[in-house]
Amino acid sequence: MSKKRCVAMLLAGGQGTRLGKLTTRLAKPAVPFGGKYRIIDFTLSNCSNSGIDTVGVLTQYQPYILNSYIGIGSSWDLDRKNGGVSVLPPYLGQKGGEWYRGTANAIYQNMYYIKQYDPEYVLVISGDHIYKMDYSEMLDYHEERGADATIAVLEVPWHEASRFGIMNTDDEDRIVEFQEKPAEPKTNLASMGIYIFNWKALEKYLTEDEQNPESSNDFGKDIIPAMIEDQKNVFAYSFDGYWKDVGTLQSLWEANMDLLDDDPSLVLNDPAWKIYSVNPNQPPQYIAPQAKVTRSLVNEGCVVYGDVYRSVLFYGVHVGLGSTIKNSIIMPNVKIGANVTIENAIVESGTVVEDGMTLGSNDGSISLIADGEIVSVPK
Amino acid sequence: MKKVVGVINLVDEKNNLSELTNHRSFASVPFAGRYRLIDFSLSNMTNAGINTVAVFTREKYRSLFDHLGSGREWDLDRHRGGLFFQPPADHERKSEGDISSFYENLSYFKRSLSDYVLVTNGQLVWNVDFDQVIEEHEAQNADITVVYKPCDDPYTSGKNYNVLYTNDDERVDRLNLDVEALPGDNVYLNTFLMKSSLLISLVEDSVGSGKYDTINEAIAGSLDRYHVHAYHFGGYVTFIDSIESYYRYSMEMLDPNVTQELFYNKGPIYTKVKHESPAKYLESSNVSNSLVANGCKISGTVENSILFRGIRVGKGAVIRNSIIMQKCEIGEGAIIENVILDKDVSVSPGETVRSEDEPRVVAKSTVI
Repeated sequence: MSKKRCVAMLLAGGQGTRLGKLTTRLAKPAVPFGGKYRIIDFTLSNCSNSGIDTVGVLTQYQPYILNSYIGIGSSWDLDRKNGGVSVLPPYLGQKGGEWYRGTANAIYQNMYYIKQYDPEYVLVISGDHIYKMDYSEMLDYHEERGADATIAVLEVPWHEASRFGIMNTDDEDRIVEFQEKPAEPKTNLASMGIYIFNWKALEKYLTEDEQNPESSNDFGKDIIPAMIEDQKNVFAYSFDGYWKDVGTLQSLWEANMDLLDDDPSLVLNDPAWKIYSVNPNQPPQYIAPQAKVTRSLVNEGCVVYGDVYRSVLFYGVHVGLGSTIKNSIIMPNVKIGANVTIENAIVESGTVVEDGMTLGSNDGSISLIADGEIVSVPK
Repeated sequence: MKKVVGVINLVDEKNNLSELTNHRSFASVPFAGRYRLIDFSLSNMTNAGINTVAVFTREKYRSLFDHLGSGREWDLDRHRGGLFFQPPADHERKSEGDISSFYENLSYFKRSLSDYVLVTNGQLVWNVDFDQVIEEHEAQNADITVVYKPCDDPYTSGKNYNVLYTNDDERVDRLNLDVEALPGDNVYLNTFLMKSSLLISLVEDSVGSGKYDTINEAIAGSLDRYHVHAYHFGGYVTFIDSIESYYRYSMEMLDPNVTQELFYNKGPIYTKVKHESPAKYLESSNVSNSLVANGCKISGTVENSILFRGIRVGKGAVIRNSIIMQKCEIGEGAIIENVILDKDVSVSPGETVRSEDEPRVVAKSTVI
């Protein structure tokens, strides 16, 4: 393997418990988003568009769909002779093996993968977030500041700050303190879970952390605080674009609805920064004479006879005559019969909705229709 | 299982789609919102497990080359076999019939070590199961099997078809080339299957004797010598031979029964992927009876029309009975009626582009 300036390690083992039945059979990064994508498409496309062509994807929870989706990475131009995408599941070696115990342990167990590229830097990202970011600019910043570690931060509304990992910085954007979900935050700079490390420094901290039986082996809780404690050069890199952790049904629903604005802050169609995904080979969508489709995103393979308002339709969705879909997310290959009403709902892939049914409500809740069951949560 | 190699023969294509074929081959004319005509025959080959396909072409192959690339979208980026793009070895031979293209590529057939050669063209919109053609060929003990479809079609201009006549056993006893096709005639779809060894000797004999200029002439002249079986294709197929028929067949894609047969009942139709976002319908959009591809952003009215990828339709704009190709921009309040806009056409706000009877083609990258 020839040397790489930067290797990306993409954490994709998350279960996404708060997404309920959506993640029964798939990991959170594989959850469908935005009419044609899976959540992980955003980080994989960011890597590809940022010129980072060596990406290790760490999987653990329900890996099959994710593995087959990623394949050899050709959808993201990550099928490379030197580098490319590699799926890295937990493994058994001669001295035994174990599940990934935490984010830091997951990287620790795959240090052999990083070493073969002898990189200057390691980018650690997570496949759980929706955003577009040029990692090469963050890398330049990291180099210019002579940092040991750089953490991307986002200004969040003050009243939400206590839900995040908050960075306290000095005048020069040096991080002097890290607080995980503080009751009384001192700043509103939230960690986006995007880290760049000097590889040599990371290697040292991962190895030390592994030897500490008290550690939870987590980047936010253990590695970063240890580096700050040692007065390493840890810098904050400000990001001011769209970023969303779609970890709950509410935030998943909201992030999809955000796309339906006239000029959404997350642009999916920028030719200079395409979001790549695996193509399902479907014909264009057919909108029938009786249909009415407004303020919606509709993907290929859809056939619409009913009314669709403020909704996101993934590929292969059929909407029957006299049906109304409102404020909803309809995942791939859902077949909706005639005279159906669906409102404020998320309908899981492959669901068949019989004629005349009413799903969801306008009482301020979001309903998840998955596995033949309906679960409602407040918006 | 017998090994089959494919040929998409574009050599004798008629480039009669006016502006649409000025700069591109017939096979790379856009169709049905996101495809090029060649996608159908090529995908049919992929779906029949044929993983060695040569494309014979003579001219205007730039857009075709760009579209096919390495053949990856059709699973034709193979170590063994794969896609072979065969422009002429010698541009001086342009005026000759397609037999010379087969002759130039004899080594392709010899080296492939295949049992059969399946030849088709790049202008048919169809979803055919080539496995069935091969099965019937073997069951009939035929030397050559030619594929036909009875012409019951009102859109053809009636010229330039190859018509075949069979006896009771579906054995071809006459093949008339370049004649007018009347309703009920069996139109030969320029698609045939034969043993590779037979094709090689047929081509060598034709060139050696100078008797035949095209492969179809060679088949038509061999009906006495060989058992030529006719395979009746019963499915949907287009006979596009003019702008008018292109337009009418395009509009048939608005019939869900037709698209069901073409895209869903059998194997998928593959095409070059553009990674466009889903189509976006804004508050003021009003779309009915239309086919819309991804990447479109619609604020206006669209009726009985086909929108290819990445089209912008401004507020108050009206598109009726039209075919709008990739990346066109339709300004606010513009009116588009009964026209075909080729790629990258830009219509300024408030302008009207309309034609009364015959659909009018607006050439690529025109600004109105």
